Amino acid sequence: MGTIWDILNDLDWSPLWISLKTGAVATFISFFLGIYAARKVVKMAPGKKAVIDGLLTLPMVLPPTVAGFFLLLLFSRRRPLGIFLYENLDIKVVQTWLGCVIAATVIAFPLMYRNARAAFEQIDVNLVYAGRTLGMSEMRIFWEVVVPSAGPGIASGTILTFARALGEYGATSMLAGNIPGKTGTISQRIAMVIQDGDYVTAGIWVAAVILIALAAIILMNLISGKRMKTVKRW
Amino acid sequence: MGLTVCIKRKLGDFCLDIDIQSESSRIGILGASGCGKSMTLKSIAGIETPDLGVITVNGQTFYHSDEKINVKPQKRKVGYLFQNYALFPTMTVAKNIEAGLKGTRQEKQKRVDEMIRTFQLDGLKDHLPGELSGGQQQRAALARIMAYEPDVILLDEPFSAMDMFLKDRLQQELIEMLSDYRGIVILVSHNRDEIYRFSEELIIMDRGAVVTSGKTKEIFANPGKREAARLTGCKNISRIQRLDAHRMKALDWGVELTLQREIPEDTAYAGFRAHEFLPVWGERRENCIRVRLAGQAELPFEKNYYLKPEEESAGWDKGHICWFLQKDKWGILEEKGMPDYLQFREEELLLLS
Repeated sequence: MGTIWDILNDLDWSPLWISLKTGAVATFISFFLGIYAARKVVKMAPGKKAVIDGLLTLPMVLPPTVAGFFLLLLFSRRRPLGIFLYENLDIKVVQTWLGCVIAATVIAFPLMYRNARAAFEQIDVNLVYAGRTLGMSEMRIFWEVVVPSAGPGIASGTILTFARALGEYGATSMLAGNIPGKTGTISQRIAMVIQDGDYVTAGIWVAAVILIALAAIILMNLISGKRMKTVKRW
Repeated sequence: MGLTVCIKRKLGDFCLDIDIQSESSRIGILGASGCGKSMTLKSIAGIETPDLGVITVNGQTFYHSDEKINVKPQKRKVGYLFQNYALFPTMTVAKNIEAGLKGTRQEKQKRVDEMIRTFQLDGLKDHLPGELSGGQQQRAALARIMAYEPDVILLDEPFSAMDMFLKDRLQQELIEMLSDYRGIVILVSHNRDEIYRFSEELIIMDRGAVVTSGKTKEIFANPGKREAARLTGCKNISRIQRLDAHRMKALDWGVELTLQREIPEDTAYAGFRAHEFLPVWGERRENCIRVRLAGQAELPFEKNYYLKPEEESAGWDKGHICWFLQKDKWGILEEKGMPDYLQFREEELLLLS
């Protein structure tokens, strides 16, 4: 089994850090955007709600390459927004780590949004009413009453978002490319080494992804499980 | 002290259209489920907005559709006790009580401690609402409201989901806890006992409209309207035909009744409470009805008899006459058997429009 240890010793670990960093930042952004979007959508009238909800959920059901296509259309340096970002703010998206983050965020966002929305819709509306009659501002009611009460739903949304962002492949490969040490994520590395027939290295990365995702899910379950004991769900 | 609620609002297939003026500080609203009483309370709190009208409390305008006034619920200083108490599930008892308070940390802390003591929540400060019993939850919810020093307290069917034993105790507890409170308290309920126990002034609602209002005891003694009689628990109601100033025919009971007092011309129904019948054996007396036993139910402290009028002209094939007999009077029936007649005592006969 000497070969595995040799391979591990010589392994370029950069995909792990790139994927973890991308996953963490994408989850952070999706967390706030998803909760914000969920809050807005819950308040909407039914017709408008159906349309906006559809648009926000699309990235989850379409092939990631379709999202990649639109992201390229937006951020390409031959397109208005891409030109604007590069010339005025010196920001490059295509073929950069920022591209990784944007692609992962767009693909993983619907998971956060949908879980948060489902959690908000199950909130006892009397809690909000009680907050209002007690003179609490809408902002305080939302962050101190609604979000904590929706805790388990939001926690599971966060786990799923992280797990999904961590493994994003399609849109990332189109927008950010697979530049080793820069945009080369684990999933892209797996695809690459498989093409070279290197199943051992691929297996190592597969194991890494599985371990990280499983650990994240178990950790979050433990955190929300601790609270579930004292908070009665109704 | 004073309350004006004069509002209109579309509510499903009917319209809430009420005009309530009251100077009382303990007001009860009685009505069947879905009659609009909860919507009335929510409109006062500002949780729901009427289509038009005026709401003022102690001279302060909360809502005035013509002047485009609609004070936010946050600014109304109204305490609302929800049926499920709506304690914030992720906050401790102390945090719940603190939620509505303004001021420095020390001031809030002092007020919370005060409330914990007053409402006998000692030792429960750091507990979450889910760990409290029903009674403790009620006290915590009330402490949260009282800490906020509201001008009005609204009680929205606070006991309707409770078992009998707990209900009785918590009603008493709530009345005691509110006894020092100087502001207006409005209790909404479909339970007449609860309302009778609690309110000085009573408003009876049916399908979005006020049927009658006035002093609680007077309304129970003389409901005046058919719906009011029914909601205050009158079991026997018959259509009547007025024959002259002192005689009328109760169509559903098939009996002619003669009264000493004058029968108002607009009388359309007569009501008679199930506890008030006088059993008669042997010879028939005035205002008596011959009955046949159709069914009975024995409760711990009273017996309920369901009787069919035997009079030929009785047009009542669906319903029964209800006669409820308290335990202390059971002996007489065991001795003499079922009475031949039941007598309507004039002083207990309700004339309704």
